[in-house]
Amino acid sequence: MSPPPLLELRGLLKSYGGVRALRGVDFDLRAGEVHALLGENGAGKSTLIKVVTGAHQPDGGTVSIDGQPVTGLTPASARKLGVACIYQQPALFPDLTVAENIALRLEPTSGFRRVAWAARRTRAQQLLDRIGAEISPEAEIRTLAMPQQQLVEIACAVGAGARIVIMDEPTASLTQKEQHLLFAVVHDLRAHGVGVIYISHRLEEIFGLADRVTVLRDGQSISTQAVAAIDEARLIQLMVGREVTQIYPPSESAPGEVVLSLSHLGASATPTRVRDITFDVRAGEVFGLAGLVGAGRTDLARVLFGLVPADSGEIRLQGQPVHLKSPQDAVAHGIACVPEDRRRHGVVLEMPVAHNMSMAIHSRLFPGSWLRLGAERRLALDFIRDLSVKCHGPEAPAGSLSGGNQQKVSLARWLATKPKVLILDEPTQGVDVGAKSEIHRIVRRLAKAGLAVVLISSDLPEVLGMSDRIGVMCSGALTAILPGDADAATVMAAALGKGSKGKAA
Amino acid sequence: MSRYFREWSVAGALGVLLIVLAIFAPAFFQAQPLLSLAAAEAPTLVIACGMALVIICREIDISVGSQFSVCGVCAGLLAAHHAPTAVALAAAIGTGACLGAINGALVAGLRLPSIVVTLATMMTWREGLNWWRQGEFVYLPEHLQWFGLSQSAGQWTLIAAAGLLLVALALALRHLTAGRFLYAVGTDMEAARLAGVSPQRVKFTTFVTMGALTGLAAMMNVVQSPQVDPKSGTGLELKTIAAVVVGGVSISGGRGSLWGAFVGLLLLACISPALTHLHIEAYWEKAIQGAIILLAVVADGVRTRRKKS
Repeated sequence: MSPPPLLELRGLLKSYGGVRALRGVDFDLRAGEVHALLGENGAGKSTLIKVVTGAHQPDGGTVSIDGQPVTGLTPASARKLGVACIYQQPALFPDLTVAENIALRLEPTSGFRRVAWAARRTRAQQLLDRIGAEISPEAEIRTLAMPQQQLVEIACAVGAGARIVIMDEPTASLTQKEQHLLFAVVHDLRAHGVGVIYISHRLEEIFGLADRVTVLRDGQSISTQAVAAIDEARLIQLMVGREVTQIYPPSESAPGEVVLSLSHLGASATPTRVRDITFDVRAGEVFGLAGLVGAGRTDLARVLFGLVPADSGEIRLQGQPVHLKSPQDAVAHGIACVPEDRRRHGVVLEMPVAHNMSMAIHSRLFPGSWLRLGAERRLALDFIRDLSVKCHGPEAPAGSLSGGNQQKVSLARWLATKPKVLILDEPTQGVDVGAKSEIHRIVRRLAKAGLAVVLISSDLPEVLGMSDRIGVMCSGALTAILPGDADAATVMAAALGKGSKGKAA
Repeated sequence: MSRYFREWSVAGALGVLLIVLAIFAPAFFQAQPLLSLAAAEAPTLVIACGMALVIICREIDISVGSQFSVCGVCAGLLAAHHAPTAVALAAAIGTGACLGAINGALVAGLRLPSIVVTLATMMTWREGLNWWRQGEFVYLPEHLQWFGLSQSAGQWTLIAAAGLLLVALALALRHLTAGRFLYAVGTDMEAARLAGVSPQRVKFTTFVTMGALTGLAAMMNVVQSPQVDPKSGTGLELKTIAAVVVGGVSISGGRGSLWGAFVGLLLLACISPALTHLHIEAYWEKAIQGAIILLAVVADGVRTRRKKS
């Protein structure tokens, strides 16, 4: 009889509010294996980690460790049972040394214990040696590069005797050489009988490193396969293979002249370096930008909106090269951008709807800086009617509206600038289904009226359903430009960096 | 609930205090002492207005007391050297604006936290003034006092000036785009920036305004006595911040009104004379003021928490 798996999840359920993040996940991890977890944005990977590390309680299903069902898992009890998680952004104390950080994780905590400095240092050194990391225990964390910090996290996990190690996109910010170092550590962990749950979007890592792979989609585990028995095409198929559940309004516009034209645009002052972006967007066209989180789509939007300077290439608007140094510049040239994360920067929650809508056009609506409250009210009432914003009138604070209606307020603010190019960054994120399809209809209507729309969305069906053409980004570069009727697998392959550079349709 | 609910509740507390006084100590309502009290608090009101603006845009200025002293001494010295009153007034406002510009440049230009910047300038101006004047009073010419008017006419002038300024600033805050910008920057700097407002410019202008108002207030104080005490501004920052907070201006920015700062100041200013008239020992004054401030913040805290949940 084979020993019970280290970790076994059966029928795991978890909802947040009305959103079902996990709807029946089965997963098992054996000792001495690397088990990759693969899935689109929002497929449920993070939720799964949170359940296993005890950060969140599942609503249903069982978690067993060493064959023993465990309930009421907390972060502390999960740690005691040998679960450790290495996040993309290590959670270490930057002003303390490596040895101190390790000690904080591993030593029993009592504020009045005398600190055995020498023992701490020796212990840290041993752990670092064990995983082959060449880091001084005396170094302060802030002096270490990100991969070294991850190694410190791994040392902590090893020191705590972790048998289940979760790695959440550990290579996202690593260079090639650093990746190899990390892979060596993963192999070493496996050799010592540790089970590793490895989450990554990079297929070649999964094929190079993992023993088995489980694909999650829409909160369900779709399939678990031995890596040796599967190929890339099949994996991508498993990730995206879902029925279209939503009807998108059909495209009725006939694309006109080229409005926005980018050639070899690059910017390095963004979190993801934007490289060599070339595409055109025509009037009346919805140009979708697909890609995984961190592919650089929002960074590109920030460049186009004048928030980050471009340092190579060219942006042309209706044929004229433009230099965008600030959002004011962008607005003056007819570019508007409805930002991601509307609760933070899209709308000011404390302000009335009307103030929010007039915010980007103060100088035009109020020449001489005297507020014309009547004109502002009329503007707001027009938008409330046009976009059917549900609210108690222009004076209602934006915070009192539902998510979808807040998004419409944010949209109204930027439509008020009468743009030629409208960039929408995740316009339907966190919006209920009804409001979502309303927003889709509005976007269609705007395109029909001659606006060039750039639609950034991590929701693949949305990009496929709404776009006339689709640009796909991966690691800051454009990997494909596909026609609007491209299939999901092609887009996903390009988003994973597997696409050949397609030509504009 | 009405827009000015918070302001009305402070006004209500003030009303209760006045009713208590009317019943137990009607002597409080004598014209002459009340006029003196109002005139003495008029400069504080001017500064409290400026402080409200600063706090609405999510900054703070604790150097106002030192600015007040510097401006007062400068105006006083000019007057003592036979400069006309108008020149002294302009000098006070100009000095204040310059000092405010220094704060503004450090906060907006170098993006330093205003509490540290103004703490540093507060100590620098105060100690600089001490070193320069060695604590010496500036004795003023006769004609400066009450602008050469009778005492009560002078007092009425000051009260009217402060009142007019309050009304003008409150209207500007509600009806000028600049006012809207102030609230926008105080609530969400990044959203304001995306909408094309320069938060740094707004903040700089606010600090300059704060300085100019402090200069004006210093002049309004100078004309009330025959000499200028170089320590006259001590404690003003706390007094005005307290008034603004009691009046419902949110210390985390973006919320509140000048009317609130006004009623907040009235309430705090009435405590001391009220205690005297009610024969309560003066020691209690600060304790009661502290309790009022605490009550105000607790009320705001409870209110925002309830809204969130």
